[in-house]
Amino acid sequence: MTEHTEMGVAQIRDGVANGDFTAVEVAEAFNAAVAAASDLNAFIVTTPDSALDAARNVDARRAKGQDIGKMGGVPIGMKDLFATDGTPTTAASHILEGFVPPYESTVSAKLWDAGAGMLGKLNLDQFAMGSSNETSAFGNVVNPWRAKGSDAPLAPGGSSGGSSAAVAARLCPAATGTDTGGSIRQPAAFTGITGIKPTYGRCSRWGVVAFASSLDQPGPMARDTRDCAIMLEAMAGFDPKDSTSLDAPVPEWEAGLNPDLSGKRVGIPREYRMDGMDADVAKSWDDGIAWLKDAGATIVDISLPHTKYALPAYYIIAPAEASSNLARYDGVRYGLRDLPDGAGLQDMYAATRAAGFGKEVKRRIMIGTYVLSAGFYDAYYTQAQKVRQLIADDFAKAWESCDVILAPTCPSAAFPLGDKVSDPLSMYLNDVFAVPASLAGLPAMSVPAGLNRDGLPLGLQIIGKGFDEQGVLNAGLAIEQRAGFTAKPDTWWKA
Amino acid sequence: MSTYTIHGATGEWEVVIGLEVHAQVTSKAKLFSGAATAFGAEPNTQVSLVDAAMPGMLPVPNRECIRQAVRTGMAIDAQINAWSRFDRKNYFYADLPQGYQISQLYHPLVGEGHLDIVLDEKDPENTTKRIGVERIHVEQDAGKLMHDQHPTMSYVDLNRSGVALMEIVSKPDMRSPAEAGAYVRKLRTILRYVGSCDGNMEEGSMRADVNVSVRRPGEEFGTRTETKNVNSVRFVMATIEYEANRQVELIEDGGKVVQETRLFDPDTGTTRSMRSKEDAHDYRYFPDPDLLPLELDDAFLAACRDSLPELPDAKRLRYENELGVPPYNAAVLTAEVETARWFEKLLTTAAEQQGKAQADVAKQASNWLMSELFGALNKLGKDLSDSPVTPEKGGELLALIGDGTISGSIAKQVLEIMLETGDGAGEIVEREGLKQESDTGAIEAAVDTVLADNPDKVEAYRGGKDRLFGFFVGQTMKAMQGKANPQVVNDILKQKLG
Repeated sequence: MTEHTEMGVAQIRDGVANGDFTAVEVAEAFNAAVAAASDLNAFIVTTPDSALDAARNVDARRAKGQDIGKMGGVPIGMKDLFATDGTPTTAASHILEGFVPPYESTVSAKLWDAGAGMLGKLNLDQFAMGSSNETSAFGNVVNPWRAKGSDAPLAPGGSSGGSSAAVAARLCPAATGTDTGGSIRQPAAFTGITGIKPTYGRCSRWGVVAFASSLDQPGPMARDTRDCAIMLEAMAGFDPKDSTSLDAPVPEWEAGLNPDLSGKRVGIPREYRMDGMDADVAKSWDDGIAWLKDAGATIVDISLPHTKYALPAYYIIAPAEASSNLARYDGVRYGLRDLPDGAGLQDMYAATRAAGFGKEVKRRIMIGTYVLSAGFYDAYYTQAQKVRQLIADDFAKAWESCDVILAPTCPSAAFPLGDKVSDPLSMYLNDVFAVPASLAGLPAMSVPAGLNRDGLPLGLQIIGKGFDEQGVLNAGLAIEQRAGFTAKPDTWWKA
Repeated sequence: MSTYTIHGATGEWEVVIGLEVHAQVTSKAKLFSGAATAFGAEPNTQVSLVDAAMPGMLPVPNRECIRQAVRTGMAIDAQINAWSRFDRKNYFYADLPQGYQISQLYHPLVGEGHLDIVLDEKDPENTTKRIGVERIHVEQDAGKLMHDQHPTMSYVDLNRSGVALMEIVSKPDMRSPAEAGAYVRKLRTILRYVGSCDGNMEEGSMRADVNVSVRRPGEEFGTRTETKNVNSVRFVMATIEYEANRQVELIEDGGKVVQETRLFDPDTGTTRSMRSKEDAHDYRYFPDPDLLPLELDDAFLAACRDSLPELPDAKRLRYENELGVPPYNAAVLTAEVETARWFEKLLTTAAEQQGKAQADVAKQASNWLMSELFGALNKLGKDLSDSPVTPEKGGELLALIGDGTISGSIAKQVLEIMLETGDGAGEIVEREGLKQESDTGAIEAAVDTVLADNPDKVEAYRGGKDRLFGFFVGQTMKAMQGKANPQVVNDILKQKLG
């Protein structure tokens, strides 16, 4: 029998349901893998007992002949941006030091209801702001992958870098992520796994520490398309506690999986083919086009003319919302409080926020505060909102001639830790292909396409129409079946 | 309406006033959370995770608060915006957990409207002045800081945090403290009629930011100051009085009014500077990304409109024109919705018991209520809300007067007993034997005695001293212990005196 930790969501769920093995056996195997992988620094907190409790519960239900749920017996990692009742929730920031929520996020609650268990809280870029996991107050996560012939540690991507590393290293079969401007897709691409950001509003944001409310969207990260479909079904659904939640039934994505793309049109956006594009990235894109053709799709050339304005608009809108969303971390009610001797209220704010927030978070709060300031608001924020609309219009026009869009997930494979940390602009550029779909609120996923010349994974991105996660998943499945991506990182981190 | 001016050393100054009234929406739950809103609860017992701005918490609009604001807008003939949006007003303070207040800057729920004020209720012309309302938007209230609980620390009570407020912004249409006072009273009356705010200024359910500037008549507006959170009609008027005089003095002494926020001190009746424009916050307003635009459909708006009660101006006109209530009475009786309700119940009972139309008894009922009951209650230190006499019992009393069972003067005695005992009028009349004597024979006998006892006065009367008629009536009533029907007494006297 395959080792438990080599199994994905579907395999574990079906195996537990069939009685091939118990949920407790699975949980124990993953708990052990997590314990042996501290070098990756993927977890901020591990919760082995929580995983075991959930597993015991599933085994007991099965013994009584009850339904074990969509995720029955599957232990997962929870990005530490989701509030978990009774378990510390940090957003990888010192400012939430000691904060233990007395409530459970809607998405995590749905996963537990579906029979999943929690292995621990996963590391991330602080407040989900970053593309390399280096902004975490708990130290960076290390990508389990290494370039051929090198021991240099690589970035796992961000902000869901703990999630991507943990899934790639087989520390968990799946993990939650959140995606504001690529935070699911880019780390998935960097670690050779699959991740989908659904349509904005598909998954509730209630209980997820906010970064940029109009963009934040939870989604699953797993080893393949089917596993993502299963987990997304468990996570999605209307939540009356989130005003921006979609009031629409959750489709049966797993049952609807179909890699036959006959009659489907795949758009190739010409603006994404940039001068000086990495040759391996360009080649993987061409491979993807060939695979989708092979799956029966028609390839069409499309134009998304405002693409080049997406990144600047994103880096106005997201920091603007963040500067306001993060105002609540003030030392008054929870988390860190720095109260110098004889300090007044303003001093306490300044000291607390100076000590609690990391550099990148402060940078974005300052950018956001600036663009919302009197005299600058129209030039920046209003203008960025107009761009956002134009980008949504670009996509709406594209859907007249295609059903899904294929593009690279990122401009490069995983880069070495420390490489871009002192150059925020080059770091931001990593999200150039991911951000347009975020601004338009569209579903988009990354699937592994192959390895580059250094032996590092590359991802392909599929962007779909609003609400058409099924179309995105089906195209992803078609690529997955043809890419035959079976590469795994060496387990150098095991003692 | 006389013109109000400040007599400065250099001439006359006109005062320009605009008010921003914050009215707490009557609702069981807060604007964006399910937490309760009762006044006077223990600190921090009415706080949800949303109100405390815990990480990941999200606002969900409370439809009832929106409905109340829409109804208020309709009551002042305002434009209702079927599409509106919430904005965040960003600033740091310990009573503001989110670090921003959710308000509506760019697209308020209610647009332009107006209300009419009457300055002098006794003015027979009943002259009104129309005051424009710029907008009404809904927003969250903040919490409360308590500085007296600890020697070095301040405490925060979040019970009010997130409570729904309507901000009702007037146009700068008022020109005197009296007009501003009349505006606040009229607004409060309308809010209470609509039921969208209890108008209780002592509990902070209603408070005003007072904008005042001065100018030479006919010139452009001067620089204004804004005095925050003034919490009674009297203080609003005092603020204006003080500010207007301060500004005139300042300008006449060669100074300049600076645009600033000021505070009113009720102990001294003065205002003082809180912060100037230079220190003003940059609130960095932007649309709240946690909330979708608020879109109201026709059915919702129609239901709001259908649920509006008869409003004070309409009621007052109806009292005057359809019921024949004297104008002054109509004004007083419609000023508070509770008074109008009481009066209408009184009227219903009085008319039913006499089998008459309401219009036939309304004038008398209004007079009785205003001159008899109000006066009596006033002496007891009570008002209608705790009156021992219910409107039904009052109606019964009026019916007894109307059908001649008792006279007006006996009715005063009966009312006193009713106020003491709470008993019904009919029961008291029966028990105390106060029924009026209409038997012509008995009255005739009494009249005969009176005339026989006063031959000189009879002579004088017949000689042209008409005023003596009252004397004969009084003597006859005295002889009948006040129980004679005055009409019958009059008739018989007239007949006998020829």
